[in-house]
Amino acid sequence: MRRELFLRTSAAFGAGLALGACTPHPAQVPDLQPSPEPSVTFSPNAWVHVRTDGSVAVIINKSEMGQGVYTGLPMLVAEELDVPFDRIRVQFAPAEDQYADPVFKDITTGGSTSMADMYLILRGAGAAARAMLVAAAAKKWNVDPSKLQTKDGAVIDESSNRSATYAELAVAASTQTPPKTVKLKDASRFWLIGTSPKRLDIDGKVRGKTVYGIDVVVPGMVYANVFKAPTFGGTVASLDDAAARQVRGVSDVVKISSGVAVVASNTWAAMTGRDALKVTWKNDGPAAHVNTATMFTDAEKAARASTAAIAPGGRGDVDRASGKAIGAVYRGPFLAHAAMEPMNATADVRADAVEVWAPTQVQTRSRDVAMKITGFPAGKVTIHTTFLGGGFGRRLEPDYVADAVEISKAVKKPVKVTWLREDDIKNDFYRPLSVNVLNAKLDPSGHVTAWEHRVGSQSIIKRWAPPLFQKGLDSTSIEGSTPPFYSFASSRTTFTDFEPGVPVGFMRAPGANWNTFVTESFIDELAHAAGKDPLAFRLTLIDPRAPRVRAVLQLAAQRAGWGHPETPGASQGLALCMWGGSIGALVAEVSVKGKDIAVHRAVIAADCGVVVHPDIVDAQLSGAINYGIAMAMTAKITFTDGKVDQNNFYDYTVLRMKDAPKIQTVVVKSSEKPTGIGELGTPLIAPAIGNAIFKATGKRVRSLPFSDALA
Amino acid sequence: MNLTINGVAHDVDVPAEMPLLWVIRDVVGLTGTKFGCGVAQCGACTVHLDGTPVRSCSTAVSQAAGKKITTVEGLSPDGTHAIQKAWVDAAVPQCGYCQSGQMMSAAALLAKTKNPSDAEIDDAMSGNICRCGTYSRIKAAIARAGAAG
Repeated sequence: MRRELFLRTSAAFGAGLALGACTPHPAQVPDLQPSPEPSVTFSPNAWVHVRTDGSVAVIINKSEMGQGVYTGLPMLVAEELDVPFDRIRVQFAPAEDQYADPVFKDITTGGSTSMADMYLILRGAGAAARAMLVAAAAKKWNVDPSKLQTKDGAVIDESSNRSATYAELAVAASTQTPPKTVKLKDASRFWLIGTSPKRLDIDGKVRGKTVYGIDVVVPGMVYANVFKAPTFGGTVASLDDAAARQVRGVSDVVKISSGVAVVASNTWAAMTGRDALKVTWKNDGPAAHVNTATMFTDAEKAARASTAAIAPGGRGDVDRASGKAIGAVYRGPFLAHAAMEPMNATADVRADAVEVWAPTQVQTRSRDVAMKITGFPAGKVTIHTTFLGGGFGRRLEPDYVADAVEISKAVKKPVKVTWLREDDIKNDFYRPLSVNVLNAKLDPSGHVTAWEHRVGSQSIIKRWAPPLFQKGLDSTSIEGSTPPFYSFASSRTTFTDFEPGVPVGFMRAPGANWNTFVTESFIDELAHAAGKDPLAFRLTLIDPRAPRVRAVLQLAAQRAGWGHPETPGASQGLALCMWGGSIGALVAEVSVKGKDIAVHRAVIAADCGVVVHPDIVDAQLSGAINYGIAMAMTAKITFTDGKVDQNNFYDYTVLRMKDAPKIQTVVVKSSEKPTGIGELGTPLIAPAIGNAIFKATGKRVRSLPFSDALA
Repeated sequence: MNLTINGVAHDVDVPAEMPLLWVIRDVVGLTGTKFGCGVAQCGACTVHLDGTPVRSCSTAVSQAAGKKITTVEGLSPDGTHAIQKAWVDAAVPQCGYCQSGQMMSAAALLAKTKNPSDAEIDDAMSGNICRCGTYSRIKAAIARAGAAG
């Protein structure tokens, strides 16, 4: 997602830790969610509340959408604070600026950055709390604080065999001055980081008790569904709501900016009312008449445009390089995120304030949307973050929050709006369609003398973060192109924005989830053109200054048994990439019968620096691979005269258990700073499958989904 | 209309054709059963009618009257059903949204087939979509619960 943002993150890691990163906080504050028992809390900073009942509340500024932040982030506090993990209680941060991510500068969960961005801040918060508790004990016992130890939620004075629990010390600790700097633990003393404690969200999830956005109930709440225009930007020309208002339970029909909302006493009545609406639409938005074939043609023109923006980081002179020219064109479709929980939000717009409950990845943007619609200042907007039934980047957009706020404002009641699956498929911010023109030159010994990757696609960043769209270049759209760890003698990456007016957004490993398919397929093409084994070809090509990349590739090949498929009759394919600062390599085992492709096995090796919770890393790598398979095998969003052709899981098909491969993960042991893991598997699987298909059939697939390519 | 959900009787005043899913969620107030697709494609809404798994989004409430309805909240009073324990042991859930439906399908499978084969698990579970991609852990958890049972 964010090459330059990531560099800024790296700069934030220093030798010591200045607690300036933690906003000063009153020593005692009311709990966001008070513990059930009467309990004073001691809050050395915004992130930690040590309670006198022995529990410790950790405030997290990241949304839990399956990736494990609800467990992994509090581990950082518990590690430094030396408090048993089962005493941790987690709360989602309110949408206040003091909880902003240090890189995004607001509250956002995305780009596999949560652990990297918060690693030192939350450890520092835990260490600061520990220092104040130790200082309180030292004062009480009149001893030097440096002689005291902490363990299991207590301060211990070994010399006199005394100890005091944090619960006992909390009140006294709150009178200590918060330290300006703290010393973090040496990794050799970690007792929690690197282990896999039980996920803190799992009990609720196996009992059906976890509250997702769709489960929010507010007293006096009504339920809504929105009939949205069939083309983007379409508006209501005429509305006949007489039949809808006759539906039992329907109480209101209101026009909002995204369509016509039907409000009722339950979700089903609202949906039934919506089906009874008679609406004619003015389809006059910019994408009112788009067609997929035309867009592919236009994107290819864009990719080839002489006016393309040239990305920094190129080297040498691609045009003057000598060697045998090899070219190819790759085409990728729009894709929908299709998170399991359909888009929804609940809002209560009152005379003087608004409250929102939302499964969102963007609390600050959600707050801003509510401010804009209601005209209230930030202090009058409360955003409650619920659990998310999947995110994958879809919930980086607060459009469904706007629906809820607009409807509540109109009917003057708390409203929960729930989209149909069809609304979700047809009103996504899609993974952009992309056409890529690749040109390379190979010298007689098989060296790559030139590499050019020309991307024609829709910029996401120009809408999502306009200041980052500079000189026609969207660095997120070219993520994964021209991998920096390959030592091409000359290279050039270009980007041309083409704008058909279709809403596009970030989807798991944005940019890379397509560009890595292109680069790792084309590398394979070059390997075969050079008469080299794909693994050997890559090992020769990897920059000597990238030893971690080389090690990961070799590890994957070794664990998979490169050249010796475990599955009888299957063919292997390989891919390599970096994402979120982490490195991954994957070997897939695939067999092809006619046009049927079976993925039997995937072996992934990863280097993500310090592994905080190994079992969650394994789960994320595996899940991201399965998500990538769904993206590559059958999924596509197409348009006919401005309308999305797909509807629901019967025609936007995703991976099911019977087609899921056996997955093995292996993670490099490392003391480097932790980097992202939630998306790394996704970009790797499609090229590994494509390369295995080539090995099996001799057919090079350059457009997705695979099901169409082999049809 | 009288419904028996997790052993508790509920008298609900709803249209006969209203999907059982929305009665359970919006009228009775048990939100563990999830809405995913509305057309029996994803399995998130799976509940048991007299022990048989059904997609509650596509089952009219009238078809459930007089039958024993079991939702995820009714699998056990305290999270100790073999399937729930296996789900915790294998750390199956990621986002968790589909897992109520997954567990209801799995519990019905195990009630009928004590020690299911790989193919039997695939067959029983391929109507349940998980977008987080937890399939291998689901399979391992079912196998473990089956072997333990």
